[in-house]
Amino acid sequence: MMETVGRIYRVNGPVVEIAEVQSLQMLDMVEVGSLRLVGEVVHLRSDRALVQVYEDTTGLRPGDPVYSRHQPLSVELGPGLLGSIYDGIQRPLKMIQENQGFAIGRGSHLPPLDRTKLWKFSPQVVSGQEVSSGEVIGEVQETGLVKHLVMVPPSVSGKVCQIVPSGEYSVDQEVAVIESDQGKYLLTMSQHWPVRRARPYRRKIESAEPLLTGQRVVDTLFPLVKGGCVAVPGGFGTGKTVVQHQLAKWSNADIVVFVGCGERGNEMADVLLSFPELIDPRRQRPLMERTILVANTSNMPVSAREASIYTGITLAEYYRDMGYQVALMVDSTSRWAEALRELSGRLEEMPMEEGFPAYLPSRLAEFYERSGAVETLSRRTGSVSVIASVSPPGGDFSEPVTAHTRRFVRAFWALDRELANQRHYPAISWVESYSEYLEEVKEWWDRNVSSEWLALRYGVMDLLQKEERLSQVVKVVGPDVLPPSQRLILQICGLFKNAFLQQNAFDPVDAYSSARKQFLMLKAIIRFYQKAQVAVKSGMAVSRIRQSPVYQKLLRMKTDYPEDKLSQLENLIGQIDDAFQLEEF
Amino acid sequence: MIRYDLREYRGLQEIVGPIFIIREIHPVGYNELVEITDNQGQERIGLTLEVGQGYAVVQVLTGTAGLSLQNCRVRFKGKPVTIGVSEEMLGRVFNGLGEPQDGLPSPRREEIADVNGQTINPTARDYPHKIIETGLSVIDVMNTLVRGQKLPVFSGSGLPHNILAAQITRQARAGEEDFCIVFAAMGVKYDTARFFLRSFEDSGVLDRVAMFLSLADSPSIERLMTPRVALTCAEFLAFRKGKHVLVILTDMANYCEALRELSTLRGEIPARKGYPGYLYSDLASLYERAGVVKNLAGSITQLPILTMPNDDLTHPIPDLTGFITEGQVVMDRELAMRGIYPPVACLPSLSRLMKDNIGKDLTREDHPAVAAQLFSAYAQVKEIRALAAVVGEEELSPLDHLYLQFGESFEMSFLSQGIEESRTLEESLDLAWEVLSLLPREELARIKEEMLEKYYQEKHELSGSH
Ligand SMILES: Nc1ncnc2c1ncn2[C@@H]1O[C@H](COP(=O)(O)OP(=O)(O)OP(=O)(O)O)[C@@H](O)[C@H]1O
Ligand SMILES: [Mg+2]
Repeated sequence: MMETVGRIYRVNGPVVEIAEVQSLQMLDMVEVGSLRLVGEVVHLRSDRALVQVYEDTTGLRPGDPVYSRHQPLSVELGPGLLGSIYDGIQRPLKMIQENQGFAIGRGSHLPPLDRTKLWKFSPQVVSGQEVSSGEVIGEVQETGLVKHLVMVPPSVSGKVCQIVPSGEYSVDQEVAVIESDQGKYLLTMSQHWPVRRARPYRRKIESAEPLLTGQRVVDTLFPLVKGGCVAVPGGFGTGKTVVQHQLAKWSNADIVVFVGCGERGNEMADVLLSFPELIDPRRQRPLMERTILVANTSNMPVSAREASIYTGITLAEYYRDMGYQVALMVDSTSRWAEALRELSGRLEEMPMEEGFPAYLPSRLAEFYERSGAVETLSRRTGSVSVIASVSPPGGDFSEPVTAHTRRFVRAFWALDRELANQRHYPAISWVESYSEYLEEVKEWWDRNVSSEWLALRYGVMDLLQKEERLSQVVKVVGPDVLPPSQRLILQICGLFKNAFLQQNAFDPVDAYSSARKQFLMLKAIIRFYQKAQVAVKSGMAVSRIRQSPVYQKLLRMKTDYPEDKLSQLENLIGQIDDAFQLEEF
Repeated sequence: MIRYDLREYRGLQEIVGPIFIIREIHPVGYNELVEITDNQGQERIGLTLEVGQGYAVVQVLTGTAGLSLQNCRVRFKGKPVTIGVSEEMLGRVFNGLGEPQDGLPSPRREEIADVNGQTINPTARDYPHKIIETGLSVIDVMNTLVRGQKLPVFSGSGLPHNILAAQITRQARAGEEDFCIVFAAMGVKYDTARFFLRSFEDSGVLDRVAMFLSLADSPSIERLMTPRVALTCAEFLAFRKGKHVLVILTDMANYCEALRELSTLRGEIPARKGYPGYLYSDLASLYERAGVVKNLAGSITQLPILTMPNDDLTHPIPDLTGFITEGQVVMDRELAMRGIYPPVACLPSLSRLMKDNIGKDLTREDHPAVAAQLFSAYAQVKEIRALAAVVGEEELSPLDHLYLQFGESFEMSFLSQGIEESRTLEESLDLAWEVLSLLPREELARIKEEMLEKYYQEKHELSGSH
């Protein structure tokens, strides 16, 4: 039984003040009231403590007892995480539904991992072997896609004095005993880790491998690397969630952790219903087998929303430690920041800009610092990439959360309201977005696709920038005053936006483009431009370009050439030359 | 066991706006029901906003006007605010707290339900998948409404949002067996309530409507309870009785203002424009009550209406609503001034749930492409009009002229329709092809060849092109 460590003194929303406090530490997990609602100690002063409660506090009253778990808010790590959906403090939502029906009740204490399921464990160490922190002692095929490595917990090392033979075990069964100066340590397949602390690794390493997303504007214009961080800011309905879903579906990460932080229930239902049906294009298994969902939707308690991103990144780090490339999506970090603001207000802390607490930037920095590619304790390489949406009020990027986030990420996919209204999706602005990873991924493209890639990419960005200036002119005086060469630029950029940048997430062919396809499409457009430039110089009317059959083919190449017809796309590039030679206009 | 809920206290320490503080009481629960009898014997109800050792801060839902520090009696009920719900609520009119206003006795209660509702587990949600035909082309083709969706109307004062909402309600019921309406009015004038009442009456659905009216003359604090009471009724009808419930909430801007008032009185630190930082979560606790639940027959579809202060889409009320709902229908003053009804601004309007629910086997094979093409062509029209305003129409290219023609025809014959006119989806799509056919075939890049083959009938005359 847990002992009483204090009594409720005051209840103000999710913040509860505790009196007569004994033996409580900062960040201890506590249980309050007769329903034993879970909370966390966030402030200590003499015999008073403030606790943020992760559930609705309706009905709590002064005098109710408070119990301590004497440990910080932690997650349970072990086989069975993949394919699961948890709330912000890792309570298993599917099991809650089985137990409580369609509505989430309070005071659930169900364990995150299934206690009865047996996993096929095969040992990777022998008795008498020395093992250190993070070392792999056994393997479990967790899903058809992922092998789960059972690791020695970070603070433990010593000699294996017992290891079970291959066989089926539950997560509660002992699989090894490790002996050290501090005594014996019994290992099961699961371990706990406090969510607010980064899991240790050997060192950070540089990563130059792109996290390929299949999204053309991303991979070609503003790429991300495995272990990188990107912010996706945008007003409502500009496409943040769709971008993140696309990455969860198509990116070449080994593991995806998707945190729905204060967003819609229907969006989580969408993922839950569609991912088991979607097949990983590379490995022909359902996508759900590599996915973990953390869902603290907007109607779920605010304080658990604050915790959800830490729960998510700890799960991500755990798989990173096995040597996997993990992609963490957080939708939306603004809801996290607002939860922080609300709690801070209830704690009566001094507010700064727009009511946010002064520690907002440092919390953001700490969070993003947990991303990256690392050499793990067991000398594997793994990474956590963070793709975080930001929901600026009124779509104004100068607000505190967007402005501070910018300081800690190296790529920025700015969603533009104008583009979204025109149904130009993804509405990633080529003017405001950037990626500092561009030069880093060049080598990968050189090696795997073509050494022309970066030059073509800069070429098209150059055109887009020229177009930006020219369209300012056009807005004032109309297009007719521009010389033909400049009108051609407008025309080509129009083509590039339509044929390349716009990508329909809901079209089976268009949803995903391989690196090779992206390159061929880009090359085709640039080739067309070069040829047209010459033709226009020698007198061809710019308006005729649009009517050429090959232009029409370019317009439709994204859907006309699925991945298994890329050689035909290559032929199309040849046809461009012919078309201009024969003046097929 | 001490029966605290039977204890009665006399006298209050302090009253500020709709809030009072009471001391020297037994420990009472947070967010629970309080009953107050004032010295005239009038009953009021309240809610504990904060509780502490020996005190409570109480928000009086019916307002504190006429309440004095002495002589009032207070009872803490030890339970959240609940209402009795039943199918008999249909056909009835209630005030903002769920008390009958039509002179009839309280309906028989089938169940008692917490007005805060229950949090639907995301794993229990079914993704909304059945479309609701509204008979309005601009909605059915371009912003399809789906059962279980929350789709607000962003409007401005003086624009016909009520007419539109009433038309949708009238026309959307077609063919629905278990269809009913829950209507909640917050801080609107009696005229507005009467307008809806009459419209329900005229279309013969009145016996399937439950109305909750917290009109402009009732205390603003009551508005905070009204949508909760209405949604509690809707939940019962949907998830216990298997009905398809359309919930109309008007005007959410008044609800938000009441929330701001309360927050200011409590001295909370505001976020934007004086609205509290929790406005988002508070609105979500209402809007997220829409949906469809697996293995249950009914559904809740929400059509909240809100007037944007100064027609400003970035104002916190529409902004935060847009961040929660599944799209929005935006009304446009300029279209309204040109006499176009419904004056729906097509580009900023969006239905996020339409993408998975239209097309082959769902609506019609050409629907997704047609919608995409209309949006993109209309966006083009807007650009060309802007250009024409600067350089004059004469300077435009022949193709630009075709776009202008398309734009005109789109607005006058596709978008515009009569207040009583209901078009089938089939008719609306055919109409869309008719206006699209004003454009040259090469311009319709969003539509696949096979589809063009089947539906496109060239009508334009592109003169002067070579
Ligand atoms: N790549 C895309 N392809 C097709 N449609 C898209 C794409 N991106 C966005 N959309 C459309 O835009 C809608 C809104 O996108 P999304 O839900 O991602 O917005 P959001 O930025 O997450 O908004 P919020 O902040 O309100 O959650 C989608 O429902 C879809 O209709
Ligand atoms: Mg979103």
